[in-house]
Amino acid sequence: MRLAAIFLAASCLAGAGAAYAADPIPVKIGVLNDQSSLYADLGGQGSVWAAKKAIEDFGAAAKGLKVDVIFADHQNKADVGTSVARQWYDVDGVDAIVDTPNSGVALAVSGVTKEKNKVFINSGAATSDLTGKACTPNTVHWTYDTWALANGTGKAIVKTGGNTWFFLTADYAFGHALERDTEAVVVANGGKVLGKVRVPLNNADFSSFLLQAQSSKAKIIGLANAGGDTINSIKQAAEYGIVAGGQNLAGLLIFLTDVHSLGLKTAQGLNLTAAWYWDQTDANRKFADEFAKANGGKRPTMVQAGVYSGVLHYLKAVEALKSAKDGAAVVAEMKKIPTDDPLFGKGEVRADGRHIHPMYLYQVKTPAESKGPWDYYTLKATIPANEAFRPLSESDCPLVKKG
Amino acid sequence: MFELLGIPPQALFGQLLLGLINGAFYAMLSLGLAVIFGLLNVINFTHGAQYMMGAFGAWMLLNYLGIPFWGALVLSPLVVAVIGMVIERTLLRRLYHLDHLYGLLLTFGLALIIEGLFRRQYGSSGLPYDNPLPGGTNLGFMFLPNYRGFVVVASLVVCLATWYVIERTKLGSYLRAATERPDLVQAFGIDVPRMITLTYGFGVGLAALAGVLAAPAYQVSPTMGSNLIIIVFAVVVIGGMGSIMGAIVTGFGLGVIEGLTKVFYPEASSTVIFVIMAIVLMVKPAGLFGTAK
Repeated sequence: MRLAAIFLAASCLAGAGAAYAADPIPVKIGVLNDQSSLYADLGGQGSVWAAKKAIEDFGAAAKGLKVDVIFADHQNKADVGTSVARQWYDVDGVDAIVDTPNSGVALAVSGVTKEKNKVFINSGAATSDLTGKACTPNTVHWTYDTWALANGTGKAIVKTGGNTWFFLTADYAFGHALERDTEAVVVANGGKVLGKVRVPLNNADFSSFLLQAQSSKAKIIGLANAGGDTINSIKQAAEYGIVAGGQNLAGLLIFLTDVHSLGLKTAQGLNLTAAWYWDQTDANRKFADEFAKANGGKRPTMVQAGVYSGVLHYLKAVEALKSAKDGAAVVAEMKKIPTDDPLFGKGEVRADGRHIHPMYLYQVKTPAESKGPWDYYTLKATIPANEAFRPLSESDCPLVKKG
Repeated sequence: MFELLGIPPQALFGQLLLGLINGAFYAMLSLGLAVIFGLLNVINFTHGAQYMMGAFGAWMLLNYLGIPFWGALVLSPLVVAVIGMVIERTLLRRLYHLDHLYGLLLTFGLALIIEGLFRRQYGSSGLPYDNPLPGGTNLGFMFLPNYRGFVVVASLVVCLATWYVIERTKLGSYLRAATERPDLVQAFGIDVPRMITLTYGFGVGLAALAGVLAAPAYQVSPTMGSNLIIIVFAVVVIGGMGSIMGAIVTGFGLGVIEGLTKVFYPEASSTVIFVIMAIVLMVKPAGLFGTAK
């Protein structure tokens, strides 16, 4: 360490002036997500690829940034997530952590990031608390959140007559937030919640819960869960004849990989809200083709696209500041410059750290409509950027109240 | 008459039946573990991975060879059992003279490797597998999917047949004798090493069979086994390590208890089995059906 410092000082003296432009600004990005369990397909190595792709497309080297990417598995455990984050910030010199699905882990990492004054760009987690009561000057929430999901799918369903609900809720921060935000939308639009059941994370058998939902006679069974839990609930709902019996499922958070895993035969007709779909624009398709080439033919999820877009914007801010060291300053810069990239288009990062962009309502295609693997969604409606996310006037984020 | 905590008896019957269905999976898996532990003294941590391989086997047979569920029900466990026997012959066998712990570590390592390979190839979110018996029967108190009914019956038959063979036939008596005194049994001209290999294959085949049965009901994913195996170990510990009947009875019993927890206090449904395990270990350390050595 001391040797390095001497060298650094020496090089500064020797290079004074001349070396100024040539010394690249070091930036280290850590992709912290689920690499091995239920959320690994929707983020995982695909998110690492997306971060690297963003650095490449940004032309970091040519712009005088030397960007490194490392990654780790948080195993969906908040304690593992925080200890990796501390290790990265304290020892490994990481400047920003990206992705981090699992709301529980994300909230914990957001806290550590603030304490160390670094940057946290979240794409994978859902809880709207990240830009609500738990917002920090160091966290940006990029892709989607529970408020946006509830506002998309929840509102659309209540408006078409689905006015009584029963929730199957994943029993942790994410499920609770999604249930809370959806319930608010349902009630605000004249609907009623008849019951709810809190299901432990990573539960294999949903029959008992589905039976409870069935006997509640609610028109809509809201699935406030994600990943494997959603897949198992939908699969088993078909088995128990839930939809045939006149009740409908509302998957409040469904990823492209979930639909792939369910198969169209089971998933057809589901309505869902998402921030991004690969087969929507030419730019998206181009990104998806490159992604598929590097990831065994898979198509990227909105989470992976969000990592790309978020890292790109982060690098712009670092370039403008010529340093990645002061996390709060970088995030302030990210809020200052408008966002603009091929995948999410033009938008902004709001005072509470929320990235604003349009959200989309999709319906899952029938097997007959689909042209093949990964051709899964039909666009039903676009929710414009100014309606897609929780308005600042309703925000309980302390950063907003001060300003 | 017996309205319980506001749950009408009809719903209660439904939940009891569901508990039995889940118990069927626990029973089959814990039975395989109990057989292997009873006869080989190996704590087979690969069991979850082998269950997963059974399910993936069914998927592969369908998608690569066009063999439907009913064929896979026989073929997939056979293939997985053969792979298991190869593992026994080449790896496990070398560890019999060492402490249990080495077998546990080896099988645990193998499980991680197998899961990792499947995850690398097929991703973590799983694959679709169609229900071979769609539709169901309305029993009045609940809608019973045909497939779930089939699972309970199939698993009961398999469990009881296994128990019968081991406890009531000549072959079973050889097996039990070989556990107690392998040297003596060998002296009577019985090929003990081959018997052990076949027993391991059988236990593994049971896991794979449970996996095939799980494929249409649950998500076919590389982690499906590791999520289940811990619960199944708890079942075996509660029933008494190595006790065949214990594994079957506690498997079904705990399925029912877990099912009821899902109604009364769903948040605890993933922990209730471990609470019971802790209590049983305190009161009867050898397990409910085990005999202290």
